[in-house]
This record gives sequence, C-alpha cells and structure tokens, in this order.
Amino acid sequence: MKIIVCIKQVPDTTEIKINPATGTLIREGVPSIMNPDDKGGLEMALELKEKHNAHITVLTMGPPQADSILREAMSMGADRAILLTDKRFAGADTLATSHALAGALRKLDFDLIITGRQAIDGDTAQVGPQIAEHLGLPQVTYLRDLSFDGNKTFTLTRETEEGYQLLEADAPCLVTVLASARKARYMRVRGIVEAYSRDVEIWGFEQIEVNEEFLGLKGSPTQVKKAFAKDMKSPGSVYEAEPEEAVGIIISKLKEKFII
Amino acid sequence: MDIFCNEQHDLIRQSVRQFAETEIKPLAQELDEKEQFSYPLTKRMGELGLFGMYIAPEYGGQGTDYLSYIIAVEEIARVDGSQAATLAAHNSLGIGPINRYGTEEQKIQYLPRLCTGEALWGFGLTEPDAGSDSRGSRTVALPDGDDWVINGSKIFITNAATKITLGSTIQAVTGTQGDDKSFSTIIVPQDTPGYSAAEMHRKMMWRASNTGQLFLDGCRVPKSNLLGKEGEGSKIMLSTLDSGRLAIAAMGLGLAQGAYEMSLAYAKERQQFGKPLIKFQAIAFKLADMATKVETARNLLYKACWLKDNQQPYAKEAAMSKLYCSEVAKWVADEGVQIHGGYGLMKDYDIERFYRDQRLLQIGEGTSEIQRLVISRHIGC
Repeated sequence: MKIIVCIKQVPDTTEIKINPATGTLIREGVPSIMNPDDKGGLEMALELKEKHNAHITVLTMGPPQADSILREAMSMGADRAILLTDKRFAGADTLATSHALAGALRKLDFDLIITGRQAIDGDTAQVGPQIAEHLGLPQVTYLRDLSFDGNKTFTLTRETEEGYQLLEADAPCLVTVLASARKARYMRVRGIVEAYSRDVEIWGFEQIEVNEEFLGLKGSPTQVKKAFAKDMKSPGSVYEAEPEEAVGIIISKLKEKFII
Repeated sequence: MDIFCNEQHDLIRQSVRQFAETEIKPLAQELDEKEQFSYPLTKRMGELGLFGMYIAPEYGGQGTDYLSYIIAVEEIARVDGSQAATLAAHNSLGIGPINRYGTEEQKIQYLPRLCTGEALWGFGLTEPDAGSDSRGSRTVALPDGDDWVINGSKIFITNAATKITLGSTIQAVTGTQGDDKSFSTIIVPQDTPGYSAAEMHRKMMWRASNTGQLFLDGCRVPKSNLLGKEGEGSKIMLSTLDSGRLAIAAMGLGLAQGAYEMSLAYAKERQQFGKPLIKFQAIAFKLADMATKVETARNLLYKACWLKDNQQPYAKEAAMSKLYCSEVAKWVADEGVQIHGGYGLMKDYDIERFYRDQRLLQIGEGTSEIQRLVISRHIGC
C-alpha cells in the first residue's frame, strides 16, 4: 500500500503575533512546528506501515525551511519526502495550494492520501477536501480512527458534533484526520540521524502537472481584508445549581443584559 | 539553530524535550519523594535512543556527535535531575570507557546491551577514603594465574546497584611505578563471586537515581577483563572524567534553564501589591541575570563540545564548563526559590526539588575546587 501524507509547517500559535500594519502573521522568531492534525495523520500512516507494510511519502508545499518538518516526518518513519517549492507557488490561498498539491499528487502513486483536518494558522479545513475534488477522489473528513482490511477497504470513524459515523471507503481515497486521533510517536535519535543522511526531493512547477493559472497569487481568489488578535473576553461566572434554579439564574442574567 | 547547533541538533532537542515534558515531568516529583528508581523510564529513554548516542551504530549506538548527547542530557535535566543522572552517568562513565578503551571483544560483548536502556553499567572510582584524592584509593587487584583477585570497596557509584546493572568498571591498584602506585581499570560483572553492590539511600538530591556502594571481597575475574592496558588506569580515569564533565555541565545548564523558566512563569502569574512580580524591578533583574547566566553557560559548554567533536583539546574548557554550569545552576535555583517565596519551600513546587538537585553538581565528578585546580594547571599556575 502506498500512502501520501500532506503536511504543513505552521507557526506555533501559542506564541503568535500579528503585524498591525499589514494584518499578516509575524513569523520571525516564532517557532515552527508540524501542524498537529497532520501529525495525527502521519501517525495513522505509520501504524499502517507497521501493520500492512505501507510505504509512506510525505508531501509539503512551502518555503525551503519547511524542509525541517519533512526531516521530522522521516525521523518518525516516513520513507520518502517531497518539498514543493517554487516562486510561482507563493502567495497561495487554500484553492491555489490544493491545486499545487493535486498537481504533485498526479505524479505519484497512492492508495490513500491523508491530510490533517485543518492547519492551526488558518483553520480553514479546506485544502484536504479541495485536493480530493481536484483528483476526483472519495473523501472522508474529521477522522478519529481508521483501519484497513488488508485488501482495499478502509473502515473509517468520522467525528461529528453529536457523536461519530462509521463509514467504509475503497482505495484510492482521501481522508482528513484530527490531531486527537493518535498520539504521535517521538522521533528516535537513530531516526533523526538517518533522516539527515537521506534526501528531501525538491519539486518545482516543472515537476508537477497543473495549469499555471491555478497557482500562487494568480490562482488565489481569497483576499485577506484584515487580521487581528482577538480581544480577551472577561472571564465568565460559574454557578453550581440544580436545573430549575439554573434556569432562573440564566433568565435573570439575560434580562439584566436586555437580551430578553 | 545557532553557531554550534544545526537542524539535526534542533530536532534532537525537540524530541527529547517533548519526551521529558510528557513522560518524565508528571512522575518526577513522586519518584523523588519515594526515592524510587524508575525502570520503565530508563527503558523508554533507551527506546528513544538516548543511551549510547555518540557510540557507533555497529555497537548498538546512534552515531551522533557529542553535542547531540549533551543536548539530550540538558533537556532531561531541564525537567528532572534524577533521570538526567541515570542518563549521564551511564553514557559518560558506564559506556564511555568501554567504548574508548575496550577491545573489540569487550565492545561487542557489552556495548549493544548497554545501549538499549535495559542494562546499566557503573564506574567505580570513588572510595570511602578517596574522593578528590583519587590516587589515595586502596582497592587492590593482584594477579593470580589467569585471574585478577580484587579486594576493596567503592562508594557513591551511580547506576551500580540496580536490578539491571550488568557490572562496573573498577579502578584498582595493580602495582607500583617507582614510589607511586599504578592503577588499572578492570571490568567486573555484577554476578562475580565476592562482588556485591548495595543501594545507598537517604540522599538529599537525585533521589530517583541509583547510587551504589560496592564491596569486592576476594572478587576474581579473568585477566582478559582488564580494560585498556595495565597501569593505564589513571589515564583512563582522567580522560573519562574530562568527557564526563561535559555531561555534568549539561545537567547544570539544563537545571538552570528549567529553574529559570519556572521562575519566569511564576513571576508572570503571581500577583503582589496589585501587579505581577515581573513588574517589580527587583524580580525582573533577577530574571534578567538568570537569562544572561544561562546563555553564557550554554555558550561555554557548547564551545567545549565543539572542540571535542572537532578533535581539539578540550579538557580546560570541559573543566570550565563543569565549574561554571554547576555554579550557575546553584545561583539560579537559589534565586528561583527566592522568587517563589514561601511556595518555593514546598515540595508541591518543582523549584524545591531543583534547589536540592543542583547541590550535587558542584561536588560530583570533581568538586568545584578540583575544577579550579585543573583550570589553574592549564593556564600555567
């Protein structure tokens, strides 16, 4: 089985700052990490590697320094790493990003594509589903579990707001995974040493199969109007009360604020 | 990434830090309290590849440089001195001499198992009456046919009395050179008749690490257990301590880093007189000094590692690093308790454990006074 895991390097959002003039993220001095949902997805792939001898390719689009998350993925056990980097990819929104990734995926063999549900810097949850659309693949999102029958069928547990759905999908398909689905393994020292003795493949526009119109700033219909840090809300009040009393408290609070 | 660290070093730090915070931190306080050595944590550190990091892969090691190993010790010490002690002592003193001076047979026999975290090895140098004055040691090994017969005792030997200790390297008097004693180092497996190891308790610090007292009573091992050449014991011991000092320095650096971080976090959170402690210059300046000392200590230690990794003489810088990092650890932990106030005196706060744990660092593997002696000789005093 061949699995491709799409991963993204993101700023660690616990330490994020926004440039008030431009409304964009200040990336200098902010540590970069592998997006947590992607890491959950990679762990799922590694489990399939152990159980079903799967071959794992990790794929990312980003600036040259995104190399470090590919090394991290190889340290954890990924077999092959590809970095999509090209000036023509720059300034991409989710649509242009998914076109570039789909362009690379057209050049690769796979039975399963795994992406994270969403990246913690943009929180859109769009890139995975868009890739599936570009490639005409079935997609199942928000996975908290996955198993493989050893032949061609995946059994998938999809988280919903009320509970979960149990689904089946045949290869090839695309799934998006939650960080909480798996506790990612630690990079072992040997893995790190070996990751740096191997190569990360660098792919540019010439290596992928996509119309240039769809890429980068040109291919990006999204325009950021404004970005800002959310004001801290004042802390709420906690009441411990029986249901009837609680209803009374809520009604009186809502009246107090002239909401009802 | 900085002038000493490349991306590989950064990833090793990232991985070890995550492991230490997730797996060790939640247990450290309880293990300290119970004075309990953790076999599962030792095994897990082995699985991560922290034992034998700088050993060649053909002997079961990971094939990193020395700085990578130092970073790992630093990151474990940032969270817990006891686990860092198990790690540093086993790598520097247990594995180190066998790797450097062992014959091919000895290396193949011992190193692969010692690199797994499932087996430990001690280094028996200190004796009840021979601490800083290591040449005053009285343990004697006499040749008898094809064997050595060893009599004597050793004290304060880290990792020497666990259930998974395979043995220790024992330094013993094996003859005289002129008026002087000559020493050799001998491999003594744990199950050797006449050899016993007793766990030492009631320590003030590193309470979750294992410390052994060793008794050698007509203990007989084959001549082939000699490590290095006969009469080379002092040389082996000194070179082992040179590199071991880097690891003790790393423990000081990591402890100082951890104490500094927890003090900064506490000072941001703790309010007195209507504002957080960091808004008081008296506290802010302490934290500024902590950050400066930690940075200076790191630069000195990494420079010493760089020298070692680049096959340059590094003994002077190793002694300086051990001296400075352990003194910085003492100062930062002490001021850290001061910032924590009354809470810093309570076992519920990690700073209390750090304050105790740092105290060994100015004593073990050469006291601060011995480091100054080493440095003074290097600068021509």
